[in-house]
Amino acid sequence: MYLTLLSVDWFLLIEKAVLIAIIISVSLLVAMYETWGERKVAAFMQDRRGPNRAGPGGLFQPLADGLKLFMKEEIIPNSSNRFLFVLGPGLAMLTAMMTSAVVPWSSHFNLFGREISLQIADINIGILYIFGVVSMGVYGIMIGGWASNNKFSLLAAIRGASQIISYELAMGISIIALLMITGSLSLKDIVEQQQRGHYYILLQPLGFLIFLICAFAECNRTPFDLSEAENELNFGYHQEYSSMKLGFYLFAEYVNMFISSAVMATLYWGGYDIPFVNDAAFGQAHGQNLLATLQVVSLFVKIVIFIFFFMWVRWTIPRFRYDQLMRLGWKILIPLAIFNMLVTGFLVLLKQNHWHF
Amino acid sequence: MALVGAILVVISKNPVHSVLWLIVVFMAISGHYILLNAQFLAIVNLIVYAGAIMVLFLFVFMLMNLNADTEPQKNKWLKIAGVVAGGSLLLVFVAALKNADMKNQLAVMNKGEIGLIHNLGMALFQDYVVPFEISSVLFLSAMVGVVVIGKKD
Repeated sequence: MYLTLLSVDWFLLIEKAVLIAIIISVSLLVAMYETWGERKVAAFMQDRRGPNRAGPGGLFQPLADGLKLFMKEEIIPNSSNRFLFVLGPGLAMLTAMMTSAVVPWSSHFNLFGREISLQIADINIGILYIFGVVSMGVYGIMIGGWASNNKFSLLAAIRGASQIISYELAMGISIIALLMITGSLSLKDIVEQQQRGHYYILLQPLGFLIFLICAFAECNRTPFDLSEAENELNFGYHQEYSSMKLGFYLFAEYVNMFISSAVMATLYWGGYDIPFVNDAAFGQAHGQNLLATLQVVSLFVKIVIFIFFFMWVRWTIPRFRYDQLMRLGWKILIPLAIFNMLVTGFLVLLKQNHWHF
Repeated sequence: MALVGAILVVISKNPVHSVLWLIVVFMAISGHYILLNAQFLAIVNLIVYAGAIMVLFLFVFMLMNLNADTEPQKNKWLKIAGVVAGGSLLLVFVAALKNADMKNQLAVMNKGEIGLIHNLGMALFQDYVVPFEISSVLFLSAMVGVVVIGKKD
């Protein structure tokens, strides 16, 4: 038994390690430039210029921000619980990055005589894995808020956590409707089905809408950023944090945005499929490597559109009140999602029965 | 790791630390499920127990603001009774597991397909439909009960 364990495919191991490194650095880079994009979009919406000092068009602004955060003094409050205080932001960042493991970024490259798939792990419970990791993400907020030993932080953390677990329900139910159609939990299978047929946004418009709203809530973005409501709670769960620990919390939010855009694009908008092009035929005509590159580009274009949408909403819609937020989640979204699930189940059964009752 | 976590759950003075160690225990158990090739069970265990139930525990503890020094000292006899009860439970478990048939269990595990989601769904909805439905009705009644209790105020 041990012999089989030792004879692992070392190339596979190296390949996956390189892939993980690439994906993590790309997510961090995207998150960095999301902060820049966020300011530019905000400036555009408010008729300002936005960052324009550092580099052309303010492109070096995120670097300067990062440097500033690293240079700042690290303060750990006396009354806080030191270990948990440091653990909080680390957990937030970790869970934000872990989700990217099951997203298929493209089909495969043919390099060095090997077929290299651009997905870290194609497990057969892909979507459930994402849910599991997201539900772990609550702890980053809660531990951070509690360990600061500050009433405002604690209140904000509890708000954030209860919001996340409430919206997880509606999100899960809206996903169930999609899964009834796909019949598979693996994200790769879902993308391949969409390549052959049509995008699932056409079959599940309501499900997508619910998923989108819940994704906003999960990322703690406006209009759901009640855990950071300055006028009520000072600064939110990261009030006591300084230096790069604060940076980690803020950064985790942007990484979350990136990953949830990727998941939405994958589930409902065809993932790495290039729109209006027959991918398989294109791959045979121009080679698999070019196709895979273009597919990555296509997925990233979709992701950037979603990220822009996130920002657009943030600077357009004001924040909810907390009871409104809970009412929206429990009394509107969950019944809607259940209704969507029932209708989908009905139609799927009817189709299996060849449209006869 | 599961054992160390479980011991720390019991001996932690601070209830919030206990809950956090309990989460570590759940993670370790999920790891065991994955080693048994039961990915679905592992993830559902994480989502339901670690992701939802423990968060509610954490809410309650954080809001109650329990500290080690506010914990009331328990009666000495109560402690001794607890030790005796726990010890006899351990004895019963050991006695029951000593004669358990391990070889057949291993043979089943070696196929390694039981925990995958497809087979699990087949088993649940074909062989065990009635128990499954009964347990779901049980959950529903629990939910109704919660709503009734909540309405009273």
